Amino acid sequence: MQSQDVSPLLIVPASAGRRYLDLRELLRYRELLYFLTWRDIKVRYAQSLLGAAWAVLQPLLAMVIFSVFFGKLASIPSDGVPYPIFTYAALLPWTFFSNAVVQSTNSLVGNANLITKAYFPRLIIPCAAVLSGLVDFAIAFVVLLLMMPFFGVFPTGGVLWLPVLLSFAVLTSLGMGLWLSALNVQFRDIRHIVPFLVQAWLFATPVVYPSSLLAEPWRTVYGLNPMAGVVEGFRWALVGTQSPSVALIAVSGVVTAVILVSGLSYFRRVEHRFSDII
Amino acid sequence: MSDIAIRVENLGKQYRIGARRALRRTFAESIAAAAAAPFRGLRRLFRDADAPGRESDSMVWALRHLSFDVARGDVVGIVGHNGAGKSTLLKILSRITSPTAGSAVICGRVGSLLEVGIGFHSELTGRDNVFLSGAILGMTRREIGRRFDEIVDFAEVDKFIDTPVKFYSSGMYLRLAFAVAAHLEPDILIVDEVLAVGDVNFQRKCLGKVDDVAKEGRTVLFVSHNMQAVQRLCPRSLLLERGQLIADSNTADVVARYLAQVAHETSPRSLIDVSAMHRRGTGEIKVAQIWYSGLDSSVSFRPRSRGPLEVRLDLVSAISRTIGSIAITIYDKNGTKLVNADLMSLGKSVRISAGRNVVRFTIHDLFLNPGRYILGWWISDVQGTVFDFVEAAADIEVVGLDSAGFGIRPSSDGAVCCDFAVEVLPE
Repeated sequence: MQSQDVSPLLIVPASAGRRYLDLRELLRYRELLYFLTWRDIKVRYAQSLLGAAWAVLQPLLAMVIFSVFFGKLASIPSDGVPYPIFTYAALLPWTFFSNAVVQSTNSLVGNANLITKAYFPRLIIPCAAVLSGLVDFAIAFVVLLLMMPFFGVFPTGGVLWLPVLLSFAVLTSLGMGLWLSALNVQFRDIRHIVPFLVQAWLFATPVVYPSSLLAEPWRTVYGLNPMAGVVEGFRWALVGTQSPSVALIAVSGVVTAVILVSGLSYFRRVEHRFSDII
Repeated sequence: MSDIAIRVENLGKQYRIGARRALRRTFAESIAAAAAAPFRGLRRLFRDADAPGRESDSMVWALRHLSFDVARGDVVGIVGHNGAGKSTLLKILSRITSPTAGSAVICGRVGSLLEVGIGFHSELTGRDNVFLSGAILGMTRREIGRRFDEIVDFAEVDKFIDTPVKFYSSGMYLRLAFAVAAHLEPDILIVDEVLAVGDVNFQRKCLGKVDDVAKEGRTVLFVSHNMQAVQRLCPRSLLLERGQLIADSNTADVVARYLAQVAHETSPRSLIDVSAMHRRGTGEIKVAQIWYSGLDSSVSFRPRSRGPLEVRLDLVSAISRTIGSIAITIYDKNGTKLVNADLMSLGKSVRISAGRNVVRFTIHDLFLNPGRYILGWWISDVQGTVFDFVEAAADIEVVGLDSAGFGIRPSSDGAVCCDFAVEVLPE
C-alpha cells in the first residue's frame, strides 16, 4: 500500500451534468469484475441437480419445441437447412442475449447490500451479469459443434466473424442492461416488464423464421433490431445460409452503438443516487 | 496539506423522506406525463432525486454544516444517537453516497468497514468468500493471496475453509468475515459499529485489531455506541446531534457530554419510562420502566455512599425463556464503567415468562463516592445474543452522609470508596 501515489480525493456534490467514463478507475477494479462474474457463474448452478447442464438444456429444449411447432406444424421455411440446426444456431446468440438482459436488469437490485455498504464503480455489476452468460454460451456452442455432423451441416469460413457478431450481442445486451438495471433501481415495475419485452423481441428477431421471409427495403429496416443482424450472421457463419446484407449489419451496428452510449450516459447520470433509493 | 488525512468542509446531505415510495409512485405519473408531453415527461426520469431545493417540504438534512480535519495517524471516535448522521458521514467519506453540499478531501487509500461480511455469499466456500469479500473491500488478488493464511488463522476456520459458508456456525461466519476486513491495509480505516455483533470474545478480538491498526499509525474513524471502546481507542471524538457537529474535543469530554445528553435526570422511588429510549439488541426482551431506591427515608431514598441500592427492571418479553445474563451497570460521567452487577457472575440464570416481568437487583453496599452516575442495563442469553442494551438510561445521584462522621472529603476524591483504616505502626 504505497500511500504516496494516491493523490488527494475530492468528494463534492454530484452535479447533474454529463459524466465521463472513468476508464482508469474501471481498470483498477477489473479484478472485482472478474470476481463478481465468477460468483454469478458459480452461484447460478450451485445446489441445482443438473448444474451447468442447464446451459445446454435451455437452448436445446427451445430447439425441440420450436422444431415441433414452427418447423413441423407451421412448416416455416428454414433456407434449406434442417430446421433444428437452423433454429439452434439462432438460439445460441439469442439465449445469451435474453439471459443477459434479464439478469443485468435485476443485477443492481440483487446486489443492493453491496451498493449501500461498499464503494466501487457501479458499472461493474451489470457488466458482470452480462459477462457471466458467456460461459453458458460457450457450453451451448460446443453442443452445436457436436450436433452439426449429425445433421450433415458444417461451418463455413464465416466462423471467423463469430467473435465480432458475439461482441455485438454482448454490447447490445449491456446497453439494454444499463438502461434497465438503472431504471429498475427507481421503478421496480421494470422487472415485470422485461420478460414481455424479451418475448416480444424474440418474435421480432429471425430466430424461428428466416429474415428472407421479408422483402427488401423491409429487411434493412429490420436491422433496427440489432439482434436481427447478429442472429442472421450466426446462421450464415455456422450453417451457411445466405449472408446478411452489409446494409443490415451497418444499421444494426449504429443501433447497438446508440443503445450502448445512451445506456452508459443514463447510468452515469443516475448512479450517484443508487445507494440512497435502492 | 500533507499532514491532513481528511478535511471536511461545510458538508451536508439531504434526504427525501420516504424516498423509495415517493419515487415508485411517480412511475405511473412519469409514463402518463411522458405520453402527454413526451419531452417534459421523460425529463422526469433524469431528474436528480436528491437535488436540493425541490419539494423542500419532504426533504430533511441528515448532515449539515459539518467541518473538521483529521490529521494523518489520528484515531477519532464519532458518537451520537441513532439518526444523528454518523452513518451518513461514513457513507459520504467512503464514497457510497454523495453529499448535497460542501466538500471533503481525503488523502490516502480508504478502507471502509460498514458491515461485517460484505459480499459474502452463502453458497460459496470460505475460500471463495475471502477473495470475493476482499475484492469488494478493495484488495487485489495478490494482496489477498499473500495474506490468505493469516486470514484463515485469525478466523480459526482452517478445517472448514473449503466448505460453503452456509454450513458455518454464526460464530465461524463472523470470525471469517471480520478476518478479511481486519487484513485490509488502508491508510484510512473507517469502521461503523461492526463490533456490535458477535459474542464478547469476538468483540474483544475486533477491538484489539482496530487498536493494532491505530498503533501502526494509520488514520481511523470509529463509530460506536460502546463508550468504553471509544474511550479506549480514540483520544479525540466528534459528537453529532441531528446532523450537526456539536462537540469536537478530547474523548473524555465528548463522552461526558453525550452521556449527560442521553440520561434523564431522575428521582428515586418513581417509575421511569424508558420504553422510547435508543437501544441495541433484538428487542425480544425489552425494559419498559425502571425504578430504584436507596432504601433510606432520611435522604429521601436517594442511594447513599456505602449504602444499599435496589433497582427494579420492569421488562416485557415476547416469549418465555431462560436468560443467563442480566445486569445493571453504573457508569461515571466520563463513561468509565464502575459497576456491572451481572447475574452471570453469580452463576445463575432466571426464567422470564412471556409478557411483563419485574426483576429486582439488590446491591448491598454501593462503594461509590457521592456524585452523579449513570444507570443502564444489559440483557442477553449465555451465547451472547443481546436482547436489550442501554448504557445510559438514568442519571442518578449518590449522596454522602457526612453527618455520620466520615470527615471531610478530599478535593480530588476517587471514583469509588472503600473500607479502610490508617494507623501509625509502632517501631
